[in-house]
Amino acid sequence: MFYERKRPQRGDTVFRAATLGAAAFLLVIMAAIAAFLIAKALPAIRSDSVNFLTSSRWNPDDDPSTWGIAALAVGTLISSVLGLAIGVPIAIGVALFISHYAPRRVARGFGYLVDLLAAVPSVVYGLWALVYLVPNMRDVSKWLHDYLGFIPIFGSDGLYGKSLLVAGVVLAVMILPIVAAISREVFLQTPQETIEGAYALGATRWEMIRICVLSHGKSGVVSAIVLGFGRALGETIAVALVLPASNVITFSILKPEGNSIAANIANVYGDAGEIGRGALIASGLVLFAMTLAVNLIARGVVARGGNLRRKAAA
Amino acid sequence: MTATSLVTPTTSSVHLTLSRRRLPTWSFPVLGVGVVLLTLALFAVTPLQGRADFLVVVVPTYAVVQTAVSRAVEGRRAARDRLATIVVGSCFLVALIPLGGVLGYTVVKGLKRLDYTFLTHSMRNVAEQDAGGGAYHAIVGTVEQVGLAAAIAVPFGLLTAIYLTEYSHGRFGKLVSFFVDVMTGLPSIVAGLFIYALWVLALGQGYSGFAGSLALLLLMIPTVVRSAEEMLKLVPTSLREAAYALGLPQWKTVLRVVLPTALPGIITGVMLAVARVIGETAPLLLTVAFTASINNNPFHGAQAGLPLFIFSEAMLPNDTAIDRAWAGALTLIIIIMVLNLGARLVARLATVRR
Repeated sequence: MFYERKRPQRGDTVFRAATLGAAAFLLVIMAAIAAFLIAKALPAIRSDSVNFLTSSRWNPDDDPSTWGIAALAVGTLISSVLGLAIGVPIAIGVALFISHYAPRRVARGFGYLVDLLAAVPSVVYGLWALVYLVPNMRDVSKWLHDYLGFIPIFGSDGLYGKSLLVAGVVLAVMILPIVAAISREVFLQTPQETIEGAYALGATRWEMIRICVLSHGKSGVVSAIVLGFGRALGETIAVALVLPASNVITFSILKPEGNSIAANIANVYGDAGEIGRGALIASGLVLFAMTLAVNLIARGVVARGGNLRRKAAA
Repeated sequence: MTATSLVTPTTSSVHLTLSRRRLPTWSFPVLGVGVVLLTLALFAVTPLQGRADFLVVVVPTYAVVQTAVSRAVEGRRAARDRLATIVVGSCFLVALIPLGGVLGYTVVKGLKRLDYTFLTHSMRNVAEQDAGGGAYHAIVGTVEQVGLAAAIAVPFGLLTAIYLTEYSHGRFGKLVSFFVDVMTGLPSIVAGLFIYALWVLALGQGYSGFAGSLALLLLMIPTVVRSAEEMLKLVPTSLREAAYALGLPQWKTVLRVVLPTALPGIITGVMLAVARVIGETAPLLLTVAFTASINNNPFHGAQAGLPLFIFSEAMLPNDTAIDRAWAGALTLIIIIMVLNLGARLVARLATVRR
């Protein structure tokens, strides 16, 4: 028996409206976050007596309010870039090891092991860094200064403790599992026939990896790196525990100097007055803009890589 | 006679084999022992010392020596291949150091204080230099905060995911999808700052566990949407078509056919999202504040939370406080591991059934 359905069922209308409402509400939340944060940040920026992009002082609640995000933004970037510089080569090595070097049977277990690193909460990394890494990095920092001190970034005043380098090492450990996991997936997707082709032509394993695996996975690895960078930029607690929290623009990664936007928010929000909070919100917006740009770049890289692959297949 | 004299020299001087000359297997342990002995001698003569330094010297030296020998015997390409193997292998070993370090440290140091008292007592009237005290108040807080966040984020995220996979065909869906991506990049401290400025201060709600839930759910929603969306996409179209052919309206198809099929995957995604959010410290710091006492009401007054507990104890200079921080870290990691294992178990059971 057939029914002519004259109008859509009421259940359908309600359910569709519910899902649409949820989706729309998500947009409302994002709009509210943006609008509210900007509304709170603007008065603080207006009352700032120095340029908020170029000053590195942070005294927003003083009478002539003086504050700027220069030192914080530079510290955030340097510690994140250090984290990438240390973490990414190791992560790619780990991904290659698991995908193409380790025996099949144990490779999966190794994969889980690295994923385990991703499950450790950042505050635990921070605790470990504070208790273990800071004292143990002292020798490494001293060694770097003694033998490479002629390079300006390894300058030091003899105090080796909390520093941008330690923060970089912690960030490297934290982004390693993400970068390694994504790269591993990408490497595993290398078409088998190109691998066999390379071997058939007499390539050694390393030559095969360079020709097939790395060139095939390039865009995937780049987006993994960019995602890791975004994670490193926004990391708060682990960095707050090992950064010296001194607002100086510094490129000396061994000196007890440097701060990051996220760590600064966590450190000073409690004592901040009305303008101080606005200033913190402004710095938070700058951080958000940075991570947003980074994520969009990652998306773009993935999309372009997909297009290229599709074009190559066509 | 002449024929044999012509043949023999060619076979002995020019290798007419298909394989290249290779280093015998026994040569690698020999090289290894040689390098270790050499380094030991070096450490005896020069001021170099220490186990860590020893490793730092031995591994690169071995890599250099092996590459040189291999190059001399096997040629440039094989030498490079062997070097790459060493580099890739040591990358993996280097990555294991922090893993072993963090987990080992947490387990060894955490077990010292992870006892009955720790799980059943709060920090009320416990000074930082006292040995007792526990994280009961923090565990209660974490369970309530994350539970509330999940209770809101999961249905909300699920509805959004259903909209994206089942209903949206146009530009609006793409816009929502884009903003889910944007939300994924929201730094956790900014989420906390937003709730702090809006809920705690502007709306005058004050610090509470629920404020923390609000911040956490901002971080949870995008992960739930993304994982649920992936799982819903995996449901074959033929199932939906079969349901339509039997006369089911779309909403019943989604609720009775599509969702149950994708459910194990969605549960896995939710558990992973919870595991991700449960360790977040930064947003709680700004919204929940901190207290040493038990507060069972998440809607009123400052609460504690496990990540906050770890953070605040870690900032104190006393060993007793640091021990408590490690015990808290161990508790938190155990909870996260259980969630992760549970997620994997659900996923595996589901694949078996299919």
